[in-house]
Amino acid sequence: MTSGLRIRNLSKNFGGLQVARNITLDIPTGARAALIGPNGAGKTTFANLIIGALQPSSGSIHLDGKDISQLAEAARVRAGIAKTFQITNLFKDLSVRDNIRLPILEREHRTFRFLERHDGDAAIEAEVEELLADFRLLPLANRLVRSLAYGQQRLVELALTLSLKPRILILDEPAAGVPSSDSHLIVDAIKRLPTDLSVLIIEHDMKLVFEVASRIIVLVNGAVLVEGTPEEISRDLRVRELYLGAGHG
Amino acid sequence: MILISTIDIVRTSLGGTGKLLPVAILIICAFAAFWLFPYDLGFLTQMLIMMVFVVSFDLILGYAGVATLGHAAMYGCGAYAAGLFAIHASPDPLLGLAVGAVIGALIAFFSGLLLMRAHGLSLLMLSIAITMVLQEIASKARDVTGGADGLSGISMTPILGVFEFDFIGKTAFWYAFSVLFIILVVLRVLVASPFGLALRGIKDSPSRMRAIGTPVYWRKVTAYVIGGTIAGIAGALSAQITSLVSVEAFNFALSADVMVMLILGGAGRLYGALIGTLVFMTVRHVAASIDPFNWLFVIGFMLLAVVFFLPDGLISLPRRVAGMIGARK
Amino acid sequence: MTVALSIVVDGIAYGMILFMISVGLSVTMGLMRIVNLAHGGFAMLGGACAHVLTMRYGVPFVPALAASVIAVIVIAIPLERLVYRHIYRFSELEQVLATIGIVFVMIATVNLFLGSTLLPIRMPPEVSIPINLGFKVLPLHRLIVIVVGLLMVTGLYLLVERTRFGIFLRAAVDNQNTAASLGIDTPKVYLAAFALGAGLAAVGGILGAELLPIEAYYPLRYMVLFLIVVTVGGMGSIVGSFIAALGLGILDTAGRYLLPDVGTIFFFLAIIALLALRPNGLLVRPS
Repeated sequence: MTSGLRIRNLSKNFGGLQVARNITLDIPTGARAALIGPNGAGKTTFANLIIGALQPSSGSIHLDGKDISQLAEAARVRAGIAKTFQITNLFKDLSVRDNIRLPILEREHRTFRFLERHDGDAAIEAEVEELLADFRLLPLANRLVRSLAYGQQRLVELALTLSLKPRILILDEPAAGVPSSDSHLIVDAIKRLPTDLSVLIIEHDMKLVFEVASRIIVLVNGAVLVEGTPEEISRDLRVRELYLGAGHG
Repeated sequence: MILISTIDIVRTSLGGTGKLLPVAILIICAFAAFWLFPYDLGFLTQMLIMMVFVVSFDLILGYAGVATLGHAAMYGCGAYAAGLFAIHASPDPLLGLAVGAVIGALIAFFSGLLLMRAHGLSLLMLSIAITMVLQEIASKARDVTGGADGLSGISMTPILGVFEFDFIGKTAFWYAFSVLFIILVVLRVLVASPFGLALRGIKDSPSRMRAIGTPVYWRKVTAYVIGGTIAGIAGALSAQITSLVSVEAFNFALSADVMVMLILGGAGRLYGALIGTLVFMTVRHVAASIDPFNWLFVIGFMLLAVVFFLPDGLISLPRRVAGMIGARK
Repeated sequence: MTVALSIVVDGIAYGMILFMISVGLSVTMGLMRIVNLAHGGFAMLGGACAHVLTMRYGVPFVPALAASVIAVIVIAIPLERLVYRHIYRFSELEQVLATIGIVFVMIATVNLFLGSTLLPIRMPPEVSIPINLGFKVLPLHRLIVIVVGLLMVTGLYLLVERTRFGIFLRAAVDNQNTAASLGIDTPKVYLAAFALGAGLAAVGGILGAELLPIEAYYPLRYMVLFLIVVTVGGMGSIVGSFIAALGLGILDTAGRYLLPDVGTIFFFLAIIALLALRPNGLLVRPS
C-alpha cells in the first residue's frame, strides 16, 4: 500500500476523442507536483477525472490505498480530494468568513443541523479564525466576497478549499487572472501549505511552477510526455521543443 | 428538559435586545391592527394566513434560491386535509394544523423528488403542472372534496378547549397571529443554523456546494419539505378559519401572487415576506374597494415601479432613502 | 378510426393556434433570455382590436385582422424600446415581477375600455360552411387555421434559414456576445423579433378566438398553456415550438375526446413526464 494518490492507466474518451490516454502517475504524501502542458493538452480534464467531475473510461485512482475511481464528486471530497477552481467559484453573496465556515461545517457533517447557530461551535469558529489569519484575510472577514479584488478572491478560493482539510489539494491555475503585483500573495500562500498535504498544481506560469514544485509532469495530447524534477524538465529537449520552445524563441 | 434546551436555543438565537426589536415591532403591530381596524379582522386574518404562506416560500426561493410557481400545491393539500380531517375525524384545530402540516410535507417530499432535479423554466412549468394535476383531482373527486362547489361544513371546537371561534373573528385573528409568530421564530432559528447557511450557499453557487461535498439535491428536497410543511399549515389555517376549501386553493394565480408578494417585499429576509404581503394585500384591498373595476392598474404599476426603482424589494427602501440622503450631504 | 382522425384534425387546428401565439414567446425567451409572462397579452390585444373593428365599426374580417395585427405591432415597438429593453437586464425573478405587472396593466386597460365580458369577433359567414373531408365534417374555419399555421411555419423557417435577419437571429440566440462582436446590431434584432412575435401572437389570438375566447383576463388564463408550449418545444426553437404546439394540441384534444372526466389530469401528467425526461425541451438532449 502506498500513501498518497496512485493513478494507473487512466483514460477518458469523449465520443471518438481521447482526452486522457493511459495516464499513470504517483503523487506521494507531501509532494509538490506540477502539471504543465500546452493549451488543450487535457490538464483540466485530468483534474476533473481526479475530483470525480468526470468519470474515467478506464483505469483506476487510489487514495492511500483505497480505490476511489467509482466515487461521486461529493464522496471524493469526503475522501480527501479538493480542488480550487480555475475561474473563481465562491459564495459571492456571503461574507469571507462564511465562505470559510461553510465548508468546515460541511466537513464536520453539521449542515443537516437545524436548531443550533451556524457560528455557535467554538472549535469550528477557532478553526475559521485560524485559516483567515493564515491567509491574511482577517481584515476582510466581514466583507462580502463580491466586493473583494480578484487577487483577494483567489486567496479566499485557496482558503476555502484548504478548509476542507484535504489529503490531496489540486490547484487549477491558482494565479490565473491575478495581477502580477499580487501573485506573490498566492506563491506565499502555497509555500505555507501544510507539509503533510500533497499538492498538484496545474499552471501555465512557469515562474510560479519552478518556484513551488519539486516534481513536474508534462502532459501533451492527454498523455504524460515526461516526468521529473524541475532541473530535469528544464533540460529535457522534447519539453523545450514542445512547450518551452514557444516561450524561449 | 428538551423544552428548556429548546427555549435556550431560541433565546440565544434571538440574541440581544437588538434582535428582539423586530419581534417587539411585530407584536405591537398586531395589537395596533387589532384595535385600529376592528371591522377588518377578517381581512387582517387573511393577511396573516398569507404571511405564513409567503414566509414558507421565502425559505425555498429566498434562501435556497429555488424558483417555483406551484407553491399552492402544498397550501391546497393542507387546506383539504385539514378540512376533511375536521369533518370526518376530529374538529380540534391544533390536530387539524398538524394534519395539514404532515400532508404539506408529504406532497412537498414526493413532488420535490422530481422538482429539485429541474432548473429554470422547466422547474417553473413542472411545479405549475403538478399543482394543476392536484387541482383537477380535487375538482373531479366530487364525493370527497365537493368538487367545484368546494368543501363546506367545516366547524372547529375551541382552540385548546378554551378559545372559541367567534363571529367577529377575534379568536381567528389571534390564532392566526400565534401560528405566524411561532413559525417566524422557528424559521429564524432555522435560517441562522448551519442548514440555513448551507441553503444560502446553494443559492449562491450550487456547483461550489457540490465541490465542498454537499449533497445539494437532498438539501434542496429538505428545504422544500420544510417550506411545504409550513405551506400546509397555512392552508389548514385558511380552511379552519374560513370554514371552506375551494379548488381555487390550487390556483396558479395564488402561486404567482405568493411569488410577487415575496419579491415585492424582498426575498431572502423573512421580514421582507411580511412587508411584501402587507403592502400587496393592503394595496389590492384598498384599490379594489375604491374602484372595483380598475384596481389592477394600481397593482400592475406598483409591480413595475418596484422592479424599476427598488430591485431589492420594499425592504431595501429605508436603506435606499438613507443612501440618497447620505449622497446629498 | 374516424375518432382518431377527428382528434388529429381538431388537435392540429388547436395546435396551430398555440403555435402562432407561442412562437414569438419562444424566440424572445431564447433570444433575450427573458421570462415574458405578458406575451399572451398581445394575442388578447389583437383579439380585442379585431372585436372593436368588426363588431362596433362593421369592418370586414380580413381588413380588421390586418389592421389589428398592425396595431399590435405599433404597440409592441415602443413597449420594447421603453420598457422591455430595461427588463432584459433584470434577474429572472424581477422579470417575472415586471412582466406580471405588464399583464395586469394590459388586463386593466382592456377591462377599462371594453369591460370583462367575452369579446367576440365577427367572421364572415362563409367560414362556418361545413367542409366534408370524408371522415369528418369540419367548418371551413378550422381548415383556414391549419393552412395559415402551415404558411406561417414555412415563412418563419425560410426567414430564419434563408435571410440575413435569420442569420443574425440565430447568431444572437446562440451567443449574444459573439453576435455583438461580429457587428450585428443586437438591439435591432431584438426589436424586430419582439415586434414579429407580437404580430404573430395577434394573428393567433384573432384566428383562435373560437377556441380560446378573447376577454380581459385572457393573458392570465392561458399564460400557463403558452409557457408549456415554449418549455416543451425548447426556448428559441421555431421547429420545436411547432412540434410541441401540434403535439400538445393533439394530446389535449385526445384527452377531452377520450377521457372527458380526467382529460386535463392526463394532459398535465404527460407534461410532467415530458419535462422530467427532457428538461430542455423536445429537441434538446439533456446535458
